[in-house]
Amino acid sequence: MIEVKDLHKAFGTVKAVDGVSFKARDGEITGLLGPNGAGKTTTLRMLYTLMKPDRGQVLVDGIDAAQDALAVRRQLGVLPDARGLYKRLTARENIDYFARLHGLPEDLLAMRREALVQALEMEDIGDRRTEGFSQGQRVKTAIARALIHDPRNVILDEPTNGLDVMATRALRQFMLRLKAEGRCVLFSSHIMQEVAALCDRIVVIANGRVVADESPEALREQTGEANLEDAFVKIIGSEEGLAA
Amino acid sequence: MNMNTRASLGRTRAFLTVFLKEVKENLRDRRTLTSAFLTGPLLGPLILVMLLNITLNREFDKAEKPLPVPVIGAEYAPNLIAALKVDGIVPKPPIANPEVAVRKQDADVVLRISPDYGNAWRKGEPVQVELIYDSSQRDANTAVARVSQLVETYARQQGAMRLVARGLSPGTAWPVIAAKRDQATAQARAALMFSILPYFFVLTVFMGGMYLAIDLTAGERERQSLEPLFANPVPRWKILAGKLAAICVFSAASLLISLTAFAVVGRFLPTEKLGMELDLGLNFASRVLLLMLPLIVLLAALQSLVAAFAKSYREAQTYVSLLMFVPVIPSILLSTMPIKAQAWMYAVPLLGQHLGIMQLLRGDGVEPQQLGLCLLGSLVAAALGVLVTARLYQSERLAISG
Repeated sequence: MIEVKDLHKAFGTVKAVDGVSFKARDGEITGLLGPNGAGKTTTLRMLYTLMKPDRGQVLVDGIDAAQDALAVRRQLGVLPDARGLYKRLTARENIDYFARLHGLPEDLLAMRREALVQALEMEDIGDRRTEGFSQGQRVKTAIARALIHDPRNVILDEPTNGLDVMATRALRQFMLRLKAEGRCVLFSSHIMQEVAALCDRIVVIANGRVVADESPEALREQTGEANLEDAFVKIIGSEEGLAA
Repeated sequence: MNMNTRASLGRTRAFLTVFLKEVKENLRDRRTLTSAFLTGPLLGPLILVMLLNITLNREFDKAEKPLPVPVIGAEYAPNLIAALKVDGIVPKPPIANPEVAVRKQDADVVLRISPDYGNAWRKGEPVQVELIYDSSQRDANTAVARVSQLVETYARQQGAMRLVARGLSPGTAWPVIAAKRDQATAQARAALMFSILPYFFVLTVFMGGMYLAIDLTAGERERQSLEPLFANPVPRWKILAGKLAAICVFSAASLLISLTAFAVVGRFLPTEKLGMELDLGLNFASRVLLLMLPLIVLLAALQSLVAAFAKSYREAQTYVSLLMFVPVIPSILLSTMPIKAQAWMYAVPLLGQHLGIMQLLRGDGVEPQQLGLCLLGSLVAAALGVLVTARLYQSERLAISG
């Protein structure tokens, strides 16, 4: 469970995040939806303690990120916006590196790694060096290394960015599986279809603020629009930066 | 043991994990390997051999070869010319404009004998023999010195004979004789020539770790792997420590290869022909390694620090290359200005190592106090460098790619 209370973050005079609060519950997929530059990535970065909020609180499974950043990171599996791999290491070696940083014992590591390789259908690329990987292969490897320590909470920053249709479908299936396993899944996106198809709860962010926090159905009801796309446009107040 | 304690045990090894991964990854990079284990460490020995060969050839050429010297007015002093010929001077036909000839390096030195020579000689008066040369042509200096010495020796012989002919002891003409007693040991003479060696060792260390240091932040940032790395439950200082250790191991390996190469090369160098002695053996190597240890850490920290300010790999490369010129400063200072080494100088990083290595080359050895100062000074500097780098590593901005 991830809880965010009144987060603020400014870069110079630019208020990137200006009072964001929401909850992402276990066994649910929560979508952070907003146009480009709305403050999604900055919010997530504060969640996984890469940045310190100017104000506000982040709680992950009840642990305060300001008090114990390392403990929070232990509870999280993170696919950041930056998903660079070590190109001179194979996919498996990339995964192992993060597993060891998480302190996984070697026997458990091998077991979990192979389970993920299978679940993400990456048997064919496992022992290849990641140099020259396709976008899809790269994302798979990055997700595998993010989940190697079996985290209760999973944060994915625009996970389907740059993926083709097949890879996107596979990734959505995988996210549903994470939800079915009872995990708390939080992901950001600027693609409405994706959010609508997957989420139990949608947090809409615009200009650093939460402008809506509802289930997809409630969102439709609230705006009086039958179509989600129209509902979003109405909430955000403009069509800028949103993709269907 | 339950899962949690096992995991926390594993995490304490995070330093080792980072270190091993960096070593493995960089061992797979051809550019890093070439720089750390080939060009870096072997450049020094190679240049040393070349330098020595050139010097040797030049000295021997000049000393043993017949030396052609254009002589103007050879016919006025046949005895002098005959004496010069005995000692390897080959008189050449006179040339029209000797002043221009030496400046244009057509001749190293030209001998001019005035037409009065014969008359003055017979009267027992002193006569002048002109040596025309250009002292700014270093190449000519050996030739000039040789001819001038031969002429003087001839003059002294003749003078002695005249005195004897008049019934006087030749000693009356030379009441004072300067006897040269050169105290330079054979090793010290070599040291003068090899004052560039300490810089090679520093350069080797520098090049050994350079690519790792650049990769440490600029590289990770450019390929967007720093952010995911920092999302792991490991304090940043542990990650930094692992990376610094990997840099140090690469530089140290570089230095070891270089020292081995110097030791091998040193065995075959014909230094004794130059009247020098050069000991580059195990004793020398182990002392140099000891002197350089804190410097390895300092350079690793400095390189990482400088590279961390860059936005891209290329930018970092530029900064680090500029940093490479810093270690040259003490070497150049000391070789151009003959400064007497003061005790405090040993405490200055780079300068201390330079002085220490020079002393080892001269065969004087390094006193415990000097060694202590050198190690202490560099260690303090290294600790500072690491601390500053660690601070920078904590900054929020550092992790954000692009």
